[in-house]
Amino acid sequence: MAAVASAHNTETVALARADARAQGGRIADAMPYLPASSTPYPPPGVEAATLTWAETVAGGNYTHQVVARGTRIRLADVTGDACAHVLLYNALEPWERLNVADTVKIGWQAYLTTGHPLLSGDGRVLATIVADDSGQHDALCGTSTAAANQAKFGDSAPHGPSPSGRELFTLAAAKHGLAKRDLPPSISFFKGVRAAEDGSLTFTGSAGPGRTVDLLAELPLIILIANVPHPVDPRPAYTCGPLRVHAWRSAPTEPGDSRLDASPEARRAYLNTAGYLAARGLS
Amino acid sequence: MTASDSRQAVLDPASYAPGTVLDRSGPLADGTVRLDEIVPARAPWSAVVGQGDVLTIVDVGGNQSADCLLYNAHDTAERYSVPDTIAWSGNVYVRTGTVLRSNEGNPLATVVANEIDRQDTIGGACGKESNTLRYGHHTMSEHGCRENFLAEAARYGMGARDIVSNLNWFMNVPVEADGTLGIVDGISGPGKRVAFRAEMDILVVVSNCPQVNNPCNDFNPTPLRMIVTAGPA
Repeated sequence: MAAVASAHNTETVALARADARAQGGRIADAMPYLPASSTPYPPPGVEAATLTWAETVAGGNYTHQVVARGTRIRLADVTGDACAHVLLYNALEPWERLNVADTVKIGWQAYLTTGHPLLSGDGRVLATIVADDSGQHDALCGTSTAAANQAKFGDSAPHGPSPSGRELFTLAAAKHGLAKRDLPPSISFFKGVRAAEDGSLTFTGSAGPGRTVDLLAELPLIILIANVPHPVDPRPAYTCGPLRVHAWRSAPTEPGDSRLDASPEARRAYLNTAGYLAARGLS
Repeated sequence: MTASDSRQAVLDPASYAPGTVLDRSGPLADGTVRLDEIVPARAPWSAVVGQGDVLTIVDVGGNQSADCLLYNAHDTAERYSVPDTIAWSGNVYVRTGTVLRSNEGNPLATVVANEIDRQDTIGGACGKESNTLRYGHHTMSEHGCRENFLAEAARYGMGARDIVSNLNWFMNVPVEADGTLGIVDGISGPGKRVAFRAEMDILVVVSNCPQVNNPCNDFNPTPLRMIVTAGPA
């Protein structure tokens, strides 16, 4: 609803204060829910008191959070049109960050799904994908840029009708003291891409509405999320639905956990992570 | 060994695994040669290549991965982007005609000639820490491309924040139908070349890959030759 000056009586400070305060408590389609336990959309089976983050992110918008190790983050594609572009950083040393090449190469797998550790360039696990009923994700194409969105939609600005992922990441990063140098290639959830034998890409799109993917934070993380159309989504109109984010306190992967048995590479990645935390006095 | 002896040893096949053939080849583009340098095995290298000029990289010993990053020479926050290159080209492999794009989506360079079937840009770089995941903690003493990138980037005031996923000239990383991928035996050979034209002034940083635990260097790191030729005036 557009604001209209005639609807407000704000000629004195007292009136302006009353007018501002009268706006509180309204409900928007996209908003954070505070406390998180008050979310209208509690994840099934999750005790509300353990929730630490609950939010609906509009299409063409972004969110960001610092989460503790052991936080489980559920992303939900409400309408089937969300696309969650994600960057992860070690909150203790943010120059340690998601390394997409290491994530796919060391996992011997380009298509991300349950069990795939999301690796930093420092030989450690930032987060693990611990649940996924979509299977339509992408680690190849990154996010959109000003150049791409201006070519495709005529505009890319965060304040315009078709924001690019990179411009939204730039804002989200800045709120954690991070700059453009701190934006490596990202991964995206809920829109799939597959490569043919000759390397050509096919957009496989969405698995449908209501799909979710869960990430488990294995280190204290800065997480940046831009909810924008996938860069090779062929639809001519800027199409992006709401993304729901819920996070709650859970248990990180520890030595002895069955996730270490997934592969020898994963085992050593979790051991490196545990070793780092032990040396820092964090385990 | 004197410095002169050391330079000669770099191009002596006896310095490498038995059967090594070294072919220095030559530039893939006509024009005045502005720079012609040999990068010893395992070493980093960098140079600014001016807009319009062409860099030829020669795989002197065959199947030697040249891990490569590109930066806008005037604003290094703009740098090579694997996903932008892939998304704009619609293909995960790099071949003649592929535009190498920046994180802003802008063309940094265009591949103008290529003597192997396909070049890699999804396999990333090796490094001391990632080697521990891939091969075991016993490899920690080995040098890696990430270390080369960090050392060379430091010469330009850059650091860990400036190292991103890269190109791997002469490395072979097939993606199978189910998404399985990995570094397999190379499809290059001694003297094979790739050349790209700078679309803006670019800083090119290369790690002549030191990896000895997978086939990206045929388990035998060898030299590279870098030749910059001037573009049309």
